Amino acid sequence: MITRIFIPCDTTALSMGADRLVALFIAEAEKQDTAIEIIRNGSRGMFWLEPLVEVETKAGRMAYGPVESKDVTSLFESGFITGSQQHPLALGLTEEIPFFKKQQRLTFARSGITDPLSISDYRSLDGFKGLENSLMYNGQQIVDEVKSSGLRGRGGAAFPTGIKWQTVLDVSSEQKYIVCNADEGDSGTFADRLVMECDPYMLIEGMTIAGLAVGANQGYIYLRSEYPVAHRIMNEAILRAEQAGFLGSNILDSGRTFNLEVRLGAGAYICGEETSLLESLEGKRGLVRAKPPLPAIVGLFGQPTVVNNVLSLAAIPFILDKGGQAYADFGMGRSRGTLPIQLAGNVKQGGMIEMAFGVSLRELMEDFGQGTFSGRKLRAVQVGGPLGAYLPESQWDTLIDYEAFAAAGVVLGHGGVVMFDDTVDMGEQARFSMEFCAVESCGKCTPCRIGSVRGVEVIDKIRAGDNAEKNLELLSDLCETMVDGSLCAMGGMTPYPVESVMKYFPEDLHAKHVSKEVVL
Amino acid sequence: MMLQERMSITTIIDELKHKPGALLPILHAIQDQFGFIPDAAISIIAESLHQTKAEIHGVISFYHHFRTTQPGQHTVEVCRAEACQSMGGRHLEAHAKTKLGIDFHQTTVDRKFSLNAVYCLGNCANAPSVRINDDIHGRTTLDKFDHLLDEYSAKLVSA
Repeated sequence: MITRIFIPCDTTALSMGADRLVALFIAEAEKQDTAIEIIRNGSRGMFWLEPLVEVETKAGRMAYGPVESKDVTSLFESGFITGSQQHPLALGLTEEIPFFKKQQRLTFARSGITDPLSISDYRSLDGFKGLENSLMYNGQQIVDEVKSSGLRGRGGAAFPTGIKWQTVLDVSSEQKYIVCNADEGDSGTFADRLVMECDPYMLIEGMTIAGLAVGANQGYIYLRSEYPVAHRIMNEAILRAEQAGFLGSNILDSGRTFNLEVRLGAGAYICGEETSLLESLEGKRGLVRAKPPLPAIVGLFGQPTVVNNVLSLAAIPFILDKGGQAYADFGMGRSRGTLPIQLAGNVKQGGMIEMAFGVSLRELMEDFGQGTFSGRKLRAVQVGGPLGAYLPESQWDTLIDYEAFAAAGVVLGHGGVVMFDDTVDMGEQARFSMEFCAVESCGKCTPCRIGSVRGVEVIDKIRAGDNAEKNLELLSDLCETMVDGSLCAMGGMTPYPVESVMKYFPEDLHAKHVSKEVVL
Repeated sequence: MMLQERMSITTIIDELKHKPGALLPILHAIQDQFGFIPDAAISIIAESLHQTKAEIHGVISFYHHFRTTQPGQHTVEVCRAEACQSMGGRHLEAHAKTKLGIDFHQTTVDRKFSLNAVYCLGNCANAPSVRINDDIHGRTTLDKFDHLLDEYSAKLVSA
C-alpha cells in the first residue's frame, strides 16, 4: 500500500525548509522499504508549525510539525507512517488542532487540503460550481447574488462589491476589464498570497464570474514582484484552466470568453492604490489619479473596470455556489461573511485565521495566537498594515467589524494584525511610518511627498528633546494637513499610526529611548 | 554593448510590444535576462514603443525593483517592514550591512552579493524574513543569516 504524505509548497513552508524535506522523506522511505507518495499541498495557515507534514490514515490526516531535516529519520522510526503519535512532533488529527478547528472557513475551505494545481482536487471540493451556475444566469442575476451576500471590498476600503459591479454593468462599452489587485503590500498580511499559492483556481473562477457579470472578456491580476512563488503557481494554474476549458474562449462550451493574464508589479507600495495600479498596468509611473471619474466608469485604458482585491474575488465562487444568503448568514451588523485575519509579528502561534466578523482582537491574539513569541508582555498591536493605528491594551476588546473599528477611530484594512512585545520603542515605530511614506510616496501631491519627509525630521527632533513641546504641536498640525490634503490613502492615512503613538504611547516620544528590542 | 545583446533586447521587445501596456513586461523580461536594464536598452525600447527616452527612464526610476547597474551574483533583500521589526528586524538589517560590509543598494567588492531593502515578503508570521534571489527564508536569526551567506557564496551563479 502506498501512503500519501503531504508537504506544503507555499512561501512560508518553503521559507522554513519544506523543499529540503521532500528529498529526505523519499530517501528515508527507500531505506525503510516503505512506499510513499508525496503531495505538495497548500498550507493550512498554521505557520508556527511549518513545515507541517501530514500523513493520510484511515482516521484522517495526522499532522507533525514543525518538521526539520534532523527529524525525518526519527519520524519513520516512530511509525508516523501509520499515524503513530509517539514522536514529540506529533500533533494528532490536523483538523482537530484548536487553531484550525475553531475557524469558519468559507474562502479557505480547500487551502492546505488540496494540491493547488490539481483541477480534479479543486472540483472534488465544490470548485467551479459557482462558475457553472453563473453561466446559467444573466449579468444582473449574478450581480444581484453578490449584492445579497453583503460582500464588501476586502482590500481595506470595504466598499460594497455588488454596487461596484452594478456600476460597471450599467455602463455601456465594447471593452470592459476585471482587474485583480494582488499588490498585497501591507506588512502583516499574506491572505492574498495564500489564495494564489494554495487555491489559485478559486481566484480564476471568481474573476471569470466577475467577467460574466459585467460583460468583460479580459482580466489582469496585478501581482507584486515580491511574490515569486505565487507568480509561478498562478501562471501554471491559468494555463491548466485554459486547457481544461474553464478559461479562455468558449468557457465550458457556453460561447462566452474570458482571458486572464498575470502582470508583475515592480516593488512600489503605492501601486496597491487602485488608480496607481491602473497607471502601472498601462505601462506608466504609478502616479495616483484624481477621482472622479471612478475606475468603474473610466478605468484601465479609459474603459469601465472592476478593480477588486484578491480576497473579494476569492469570496465570489462560494457566493455563486451556495448563494448570497449563505454568505450573509455569517457576520455581524453591516459586516457580512467572514474575514481572513492574518496574525503576525511577535506572536507565538501566527498564521491565517478565517472567522465570521464579530470576533474580538483579544481573542485572536490570546486564544489563537497564545500571546507573544518572545513570551514577554504584549504592548501594542498594529492592525491594517503600515497605514493602520497602533492599538494599546484598552482597545483590544474591539470586535472585528468595519463599524466597530471605525467607532474606535481605527481601521481594519486588509485584516493584518501585527503584535509587538514590551521591548518595542513606539517612537521608533512612529518615525518609521513617516519614513515608509517618504520612500513609497508617488510624489504627485505635496502633503504626502513633502509632509512625510518633514514628519521624519520633526519626530527626530522630538525624540532628541529639541524643543519637544513645540515640535509635538507641529507634528499634530502636519498630521492634520496630510490627512485632509493628500490625494489618496497613502498620505491621508500615514498619520494614523503616528497619531496613535502620540495619543496612547506618548512616553516613548518624550525622551530618547535605548532600544531593547528582541533579538532572535 | 555587443551586437548580440542588442539583438536579444530587440527580440524581447518584439515578443511583448503587442501587449496593451507593454512597458513593465518588457522591463521585467530584460532585467530577468541581463540582471539589470542596460543603458542601451532605453533607446531601443523608446523607439519601439514610440515613447521618449525620458518617459522610459521615468518609469524605470519610479519602481524600486528595476535597476540600471549590474548586481552581484546573489541579491539579498532584508525586510524592513513592521512585522519583521517586531521580531528584531532592525538588528538583522544592521547585522547584514556589517557582515557584508556594504549599505543598501551596494554590491560587495567580490561581486558576490548585492544588498537591498524590501518592504514585506508576505512571510510575516515567521519573521524576520530575507529573500535571496527568488528564495524566501523565515525566522532569520543572525546565525541563520550567516549560514545562508555561506551557502549561497558556495553557489556559482545566481538563480
